[in-house]
Amino acid sequence: MMSAKAPDYRARARAAIQDGTLQKALGGVQQRLGPATAALYAQLPEGPGLRQTAHDLRMQAVMNLDLLLEALADKVRAAGGHVYFAADAQAATDYCLQVARDHKVRRVVKGKSMVTEEIALNRALEAAGIEAVETDLGEYIIQLAGERPSHIIAPAIHKTRQQVGRLFAEKLGIPYTEDPPRLTQAARKALRAKFLAADMGISGCNLAIAETGHITTVSNEGNIRMATTLPRVHVAIMGMERIVARLQDHQILLRLLSHGAAAQKVGGYVSFIAAAATPDQADGPEAFHLVVLDNGRSRILADEDLREILCCLRCGACLNVCPVYGKIGGHAYGTVYTGPVGAVLSPLLAGLKEGRDLCLGETLCGACQQACPVNINLPRLLLALRQKMTEGDRSWGVPAAGGRERAAMRAWSWVVASRGRYETLCRLLAALQRCLPRKAGWIRWAPLDFRGWTFSRDLKPLARERFVERWRRTKKTTGGRS
Amino acid sequence: MKVTLFVQCLVDTLAPEVAEAVVLVLERLGLTVTCPGGQTCCGQPAWNAGFRHEARKAAERFIALFEDAELIVCPSGSCTHMVRNHYLELFRDDAPWLARAREVSRRVFEFSEFVVDVLGVEDVGARFKARVTYHDSCHLNRYLGIKEQPRRLIRHIRGIDFVEMRDSERCCGFGGQFALKYPEISTAILKDKVANVLASEAQHVVGCDMGCLLNIQGMLRRMGSRVSALHIAQLLAQEEA
Repeated sequence: MMSAKAPDYRARARAAIQDGTLQKALGGVQQRLGPATAALYAQLPEGPGLRQTAHDLRMQAVMNLDLLLEALADKVRAAGGHVYFAADAQAATDYCLQVARDHKVRRVVKGKSMVTEEIALNRALEAAGIEAVETDLGEYIIQLAGERPSHIIAPAIHKTRQQVGRLFAEKLGIPYTEDPPRLTQAARKALRAKFLAADMGISGCNLAIAETGHITTVSNEGNIRMATTLPRVHVAIMGMERIVARLQDHQILLRLLSHGAAAQKVGGYVSFIAAAATPDQADGPEAFHLVVLDNGRSRILADEDLREILCCLRCGACLNVCPVYGKIGGHAYGTVYTGPVGAVLSPLLAGLKEGRDLCLGETLCGACQQACPVNINLPRLLLALRQKMTEGDRSWGVPAAGGRERAAMRAWSWVVASRGRYETLCRLLAALQRCLPRKAGWIRWAPLDFRGWTFSRDLKPLARERFVERWRRTKKTTGGRS
Repeated sequence: MKVTLFVQCLVDTLAPEVAEAVVLVLERLGLTVTCPGGQTCCGQPAWNAGFRHEARKAAERFIALFEDAELIVCPSGSCTHMVRNHYLELFRDDAPWLARAREVSRRVFEFSEFVVDVLGVEDVGARFKARVTYHDSCHLNRYLGIKEQPRRLIRHIRGIDFVEMRDSERCCGFGGQFALKYPEISTAILKDKVANVLASEAQHVVGCDMGCLLNIQGMLRRMGSRVSALHIAQLLAQEEA
């Protein structure tokens, strides 16, 4: 089942690597954002330890989700809002559709939100005959093109301005231009009409604050603020882990989130939203609904090895430094969440039934942890996931992996349990390798799994005599045992 | 002072000359080097692939072989990381083994770290006339925090012309089995590394991990480049001006 996915992922990765335009875009975003985020971390007034402080704050919140979410729900309801706890994607989309029906909604504007991608909300709205328009410029481009975001924060990073120019000429009926300000103006004009005509605004939630009962949204285009204040109804959807206990915790996390997401001191527009407008307020929606989404998160929370991933703020900083993401881009992952965080989160949200390639297809270099604003140990999580997938895990209903890989690992284990066997194998391989083609002493082509190596690199041949063997022959050894 | 050599299987089987160089440098510094003849592998390949049981068997064997050693020196950041950090995770639910693992983890040092931090030596008396650059291997740099030690050792070599390459901290695309399983991705990452090495106009790229060095050297050879990858011990063992 897992191996059937392998060609897909590798084929997509290969296609991405061969796409020169994409390679340039990925190189650009990584060169621009990766070092800039690192520079901001180096200048934190509280010192570099703040990322770990933030990690602790997030972990405390994750461990107290029941209490915090209850406190949040109480506050939101007291302020006149509605709160709905959705067990899964279906429940969340059903609720949104019900709210839309109740309010006779025909047009929706959306703020950028990965969680609505996760539950495929746009598709559900469209199926119900409701127009849903993305208002973040990048998301708007992606929506017009009928594609999926390729980066958590910069969804249209894979598109060139020429491509956007042709897209806008076709879809918006404007004369072709590849001038970014003019393209932005065209989108702005088209979106203004959508904002004014919309009956309902849908947003995500960057972080909720249990203490005050606010949800906060961050954008750089002001579009989320418009989407959440102009229409009659506002529905906000949050992953159930996106909450902090106190306002003072929030300010730390908001800053770090902005550093990680866009190498900014703080995002351009930060909104604190309590509920609908009160009668004395001139602006704001008449109704406010908060959907708190589980969709597999409780299961992750129950697993002490893996719950650390719930600390994630979805800033995408790990994408901006990951060597793998930097080559294959977002679409190759084939999942909503991509990059290092996606390699951990996507298999988990899918109940460990898929995504083996995602968590094996990382180099464990650790750049992601270094870039993470809340210092999530992503390499550790990748290793924990690999373990569950190979050893099996009852609580996830995953059987132990069988097949060739396990057989190979068992054989390896048997060999390295004895120096004698290890020597014998090395001698055998050293004899066999004489048949392989060489150039200047190094092997040009090798069979089986080593084909992956000689695909692009020469392979150093095994030495005629191991170091330890020679040492034993020429010097006195200690602890010798075979 | 007596040190015990933890050879690393890649060095043992593919690059014994690196271990020879380690011994030469350490003996020149007046140390007595021993080498357990039964050693094979620390278990990292199994651990990284998610085979905890197999990793544990190798780790138990490693601990039994090395726990009497006062100081353990390893010419690999990655394997040092395995023993120093991952063993604690591997044995976290087994108190007696955890205690033994902790003892060993305290006494294992990566080669350049050992020379600079434990011995307090930055000039090992080497001479080598060449332009070299340095590749930061990921586990060494990020999980052992070893960044400056190798650079100090290199800078003290007489005749050396040390230049930093661009993105020296960026992964080379090795990643153990990753390089075999996902050759296209690994290659794409490696191409950038090799381009940076070549752009530095160095004659040698130096590192502290054979995994990365074999990877980089493998592509340089395939390209027909004359630039070679050297383990830092090989550089420090040179005495020719």
